[in-house]
Amino acid sequence: MPQPVNVPDISNADKGRLAQTGIDLSMQNRCGSYLQMDQDVVQSECTEQGIEVLPYKKAMDKYGWLKEYAWKVISPEKDDITRYVAAQKEPKGYVIIARKGSSNIFPIQACLFLGKEQIQHVHNIIVAEEGAELHIISGCASGEKVGLGAAHYGISEFYVGKNAKISFTMIHNWSENIEVYPRSASIVEENGVFLSNYVCMQPVKKIQMYPTATLAGENSVARFSSIVISPPGSYMDLGSRAILEGKGASAELVTRAITKGGTIYSRGHIAGKTAGTRGHLECKGLILKDGIIYAIPEIEGSVVGTELSHEAAVGKLAREEIEYLMSRGLDEDEATATIIRGFLDVKISGLPEALQKQIDASIDEAEKSGF
Amino acid sequence: MLDIKDLHVKVGDREVLHDINLHIGEGETHVLLGPNGSGKTTLLMTIMGYSQYTITEGKILFKGEDVTRMKAHERAKRGIGMLFQRPPTISGLKLGKLLNAISKTENSDIPNLAKSLHMDKFLDRDINKGFSGGEIKRSEVLQLMLQNPDFIMLDEPESGVDIENISLIGNAIGSLLEKDKRIVKRQKSGLVITHTGYILDYLETDRGHVMCDGQIKCHGNPREIMKDIKERGYRECLECRNP
Repeated sequence: MPQPVNVPDISNADKGRLAQTGIDLSMQNRCGSYLQMDQDVVQSECTEQGIEVLPYKKAMDKYGWLKEYAWKVISPEKDDITRYVAAQKEPKGYVIIARKGSSNIFPIQACLFLGKEQIQHVHNIIVAEEGAELHIISGCASGEKVGLGAAHYGISEFYVGKNAKISFTMIHNWSENIEVYPRSASIVEENGVFLSNYVCMQPVKKIQMYPTATLAGENSVARFSSIVISPPGSYMDLGSRAILEGKGASAELVTRAITKGGTIYSRGHIAGKTAGTRGHLECKGLILKDGIIYAIPEIEGSVVGTELSHEAAVGKLAREEIEYLMSRGLDEDEATATIIRGFLDVKISGLPEALQKQIDASIDEAEKSGF
Repeated sequence: MLDIKDLHVKVGDREVLHDINLHIGEGETHVLLGPNGSGKTTLLMTIMGYSQYTITEGKILFKGEDVTRMKAHERAKRGIGMLFQRPPTISGLKLGKLLNAISKTENSDIPNLAKSLHMDKFLDRDINKGFSGGEIKRSEVLQLMLQNPDFIMLDEPESGVDIENISLIGNAIGSLLEKDKRIVKRQKSGLVITHTGYILDYLETDRGHVMCDGQIKCHGNPREIMKDIKERGYRECLECRNP
């Protein structure tokens, strides 16, 4: 078991905010940890055999072959965010390498904390070699004192080898001052599985992301799940994309979005490029207070033998459901919160129980305050 | 237990119940009969406090207290409960979680109660999602067991239920209404809607009422009324104005 994380200069309130993202500073039930406060790497270790967690620069110095993996699935010229990160003389972020056949029962936690700087930038590379199984929980949060307009730029490149599996569960707890621009992409080889989960129950000024999985290998699988609540003043432009290239590849993109007055763009794109591929896209939105949920599901089939489908629905809480629960003795607020909790309940196939519990706990925490 | 006086109810702009008067004493179970669309379910939903039913005149007294303007949960807390004919499906809400929310006591033995109704495998299922007719009714009865109301309204408890399940559900409802107790000891009351009357094989009822066109048209011995209806249909009831 790794040592508890010693976090310098952080208030108890901020520790609480980190805990809400699934970061466990005691390191119980975690096999490794990467902690970056602003631009300082506070911790980087892993006790699981066959799995390494290294700061980006150290990893690049240590393993020359990693250069082949940097900026391979994301172009540095993609946009202003990637150009900014690519131009850094001292790149930050983490590299996680799961060697052939390794696996972690307890997840690795990656914590990115924005305390006082205007921009936090990271470049992460995650590699699961053949047959490896790697589970990561990434908790991102900002401190109480962080100023207006502060931003987080995060580049993440995932490489899922043959018969390998990566689950990446990202729980955000920013504030109404912060802008967040993750840029991530993955490539999945034969029989590989990539699970990407995103949970944001707290305010954020703006988040924009559109992670892409290229399912290059035969029978490779990707599942994206997003569970978000947008309060007034929050602008969330979220999407996910799966490119089905390998024969028999399949993808599922699931979103549960609630606006309490904020804006949510829920984008999704599945491209079926090979016969025998399957994809399904599902977006369900709930408008609790006037705001925007703009669902843009795209399915693009270009060959005979690809099967793609989507369903999108935006609506309100059903009065009949609320009153049904009221007839059982729950008051209106309890009934409403119970139904919303149910709406957000997404069980992710293939995700370890501990991580599913972490997702559930993050939503339960929001339920305590009646969402 | 329940006193309804001169009750008029509107849905939207239309009056659907007219001048309803009904008294159900402590320990009594009454049966409500009537053709489709006569207003039986509307009456039950109004007593439960569903907001789409607007009481324009009259009042509902429960245990002597005026509950006419109370919301559904306030009525539920006072001891009114209902078995719904077609309860909603609520995605993501597990039956077990709802049972916990209903019971609010740590002593309730949910697993064993669920087992007694063959619902133990449904505790982790979304409520009513993909449930058969019998499973829906068993889930309703299970919720009522935890709620333990003093006055139970049952909206067609046997509809969509096979023969085997009718006895299970019928006996469970019988026990909720304390039918296993001597009459003088019985404190729970009920109001049952039934079309087929099968449920009455498990549930002795004390009085029957026939509803037509939003009015209660006649009262009497439940078995006699049921027999009449089975033989002659509701035609005579519709013609009958003032029994």
